[in-house]
Amino acid sequence: MSYPERVLVTKIGFDGHDRGSRVVAAYLRDAGMEVIYTPPWQEVAAVVKLAMQEDVDVVGVSSLATDHLIMPDLIAALREAGLGHVRLIVGGIVPRNEQPELLSAGVSAIFSPGATSEEIVNTVRTLAVEARAAREDAEVV
Amino acid sequence: MPKTASNTNAASLEKMQAGWKVRYDGEIGRDRTVVNRSGIEVRPLYTPLDWSDSRYVEDLGMPGELPYTRGIYNTMHRGRTWTQRQLIGLGTPQDYNKRVRMLLQQGASAISLLPCNSGFRGIDCDESPVPLLGTCGTVINTVDHMDAALDGVPIDEISTAMNDPTPFTLFAFLLGVAKRRGVPFDKITGTANQSDYISHFVANHMFYRLSQPGARRVFVDHVKFCREHVPNWNPVSVVGQHMQQAGATPAETMGLTLSTAIQYADDCIEAGMDPDRILPRFTYFFDISISFFEEVAKFRAGRRIWARIARERYGAKDPRSWRFKFHGQTSGVDLTQQQPLNNIARVTAQAIAGIFGGLQSMHTDGFDEAMACPTEDAARIAVATQNILREEAHLCDVIDPLGGSYYVESLTNEMEEKILKVMDVIEDAGGMYKASDAGIVQRMIGKSALEYQNRIETGAEGVVGVNCYKSEIEDREVETYRPNRKAMEAQVAAFKAFKANRNQAAVDMALNKLARAANGTENVYEKVVEAADIGVTHGEIIACLRGELGFGHPLMVA
Repeated sequence: MSYPERVLVTKIGFDGHDRGSRVVAAYLRDAGMEVIYTPPWQEVAAVVKLAMQEDVDVVGVSSLATDHLIMPDLIAALREAGLGHVRLIVGGIVPRNEQPELLSAGVSAIFSPGATSEEIVNTVRTLAVEARAAREDAEVV
Repeated sequence: MPKTASNTNAASLEKMQAGWKVRYDGEIGRDRTVVNRSGIEVRPLYTPLDWSDSRYVEDLGMPGELPYTRGIYNTMHRGRTWTQRQLIGLGTPQDYNKRVRMLLQQGASAISLLPCNSGFRGIDCDESPVPLLGTCGTVINTVDHMDAALDGVPIDEISTAMNDPTPFTLFAFLLGVAKRRGVPFDKITGTANQSDYISHFVANHMFYRLSQPGARRVFVDHVKFCREHVPNWNPVSVVGQHMQQAGATPAETMGLTLSTAIQYADDCIEAGMDPDRILPRFTYFFDISISFFEEVAKFRAGRRIWARIARERYGAKDPRSWRFKFHGQTSGVDLTQQQPLNNIARVTAQAIAGIFGGLQSMHTDGFDEAMACPTEDAARIAVATQNILREEAHLCDVIDPLGGSYYVESLTNEMEEKILKVMDVIEDAGGMYKASDAGIVQRMIGKSALEYQNRIETGAEGVVGVNCYKSEIEDREVETYRPNRKAMEAQVAAFKAFKANRNQAAVDMALNKLARAANGTENVYEKVVEAADIGVTHGEIIACLRGELGFGHPLMVA
């Protein structure tokens, strides 16, 4: 990659527990990525705007208290803004029966407690490559 | 000089211990280093060389007397067991009512109320995405909602804890219900569980409804109002739990909590309140992690330090001001999504630590609480765990049963030292308000959170099912609680209709009075109570105060 992966780490919805998002942001940063971090309680529209302004490859959403239930809104809004190439990951507590819906809606990966920093970093790296390829494809079309 | 018996004893003990150490080192080979979560190195054996009875009077004393190490009451759990206070919040007010009645029937002796996360965020249900409503707490936006939630619950007999951050709208609704039911305010007992706004800012735990100076103002007015009108309510609960859940070590947590209590006491005293009138109503809310002995020592040390602060710093004369009353909640951070039934064992160990630590009130987590709001089954097992520990394991028969243990006493002293160091850092920064404003506290918590995660990653801290003893078999599916979507839509529709049919002029007038008080010197909280009573909603009250007192910014530190 010609320049480091750019990742937005954020929380949408109503929950403010940010221990997980802060720890993950630190791991990504220490792995050499450029991390844009927001405090909790971001509106979907604000996340889209930030993703666009900061030209990120991956958006990581931390959800510990059911906020993943509005992930489909975020996915739709990103697509509408022409950011369909941006890859999405969710980390935190997503009950297993609710995971298929998120994955089919367009979330690339879901990390549960117990995921190692290595798994997260590697996945984000791969997804960033995918995101840049997807954007180039879209630009060619 | 003639040798006394105790000198001889000490000399022979030293010799014995040296002999044992040689044998120990020879057999164990390379010993592992054990460091607890607070950073204290734990040795393989403790003897009277680490702590001895000669320090009994100074370090321990009797239960119910200074220095309170052994407990704040003469009779402790033998006289009165802890209050079984399960935190509950889910769905609509009707859903909550059903759950609370079930828990009371099962043996819970007090109730609590957690609002929906939209409420924590400071908005009403009609401004929230419906999928997020009621998933983690009950939707309570008006005095009518509170009335429905507490239908058939004798609010004059049972104590209530409200997870009710500034500006304490839930409590205002509760007072509204009391008025409707003809219950005098002095019969209302319980605790404002989330009055600790500083913890919300530093642990970033929930929300920032008001600016920090605004929250400070409302806090003091709320304490004043409660002391004047609701004498048996505890308006102050200092929440160490937020900091520990956010990553602070047990020692840091206790230090930060006590520093926060000092800030609140200072602020109230500066506003003209007498220490002995407010300090007896200070309560604490802690996490009980699974680091068993460390937690026991944390509580014992904290109790001792608070008694000293109350007497020496504030000159409090009333022993009730010296008593460190606390609620403990078994730590959710220790629970795992993997092999979820294992959480029952974790909660049991945590609960025992809390009991041996001398708590006054306890919440035990449901085994599925790492995933969602506890289901009914999980909630029932959580209450039963407390009952089993009390009735079958006989944990209430003897006061402070670990007292006098060489290890526990030595650890209590070491924890005390660590805690005091944290308090010094905060004091040097000008107190908790300034320290949090400067980001000192957030940095401390963030650093510890990362260090702990690294310990799990490297396997230094074993977590069964996560980094060791992983199961080959698929984890058992746990049912996840989700509120009934249709019922929630109906709730929102009814709320909108209620707002449309209110006496709007009265609402406007109440909000005007609230805004005026916020800008002047009248008691703001008194106006919150008046507004809530006539049908002004949670979101409206907060929006009004936010307009006048400023919006909170997260105090983030990179």
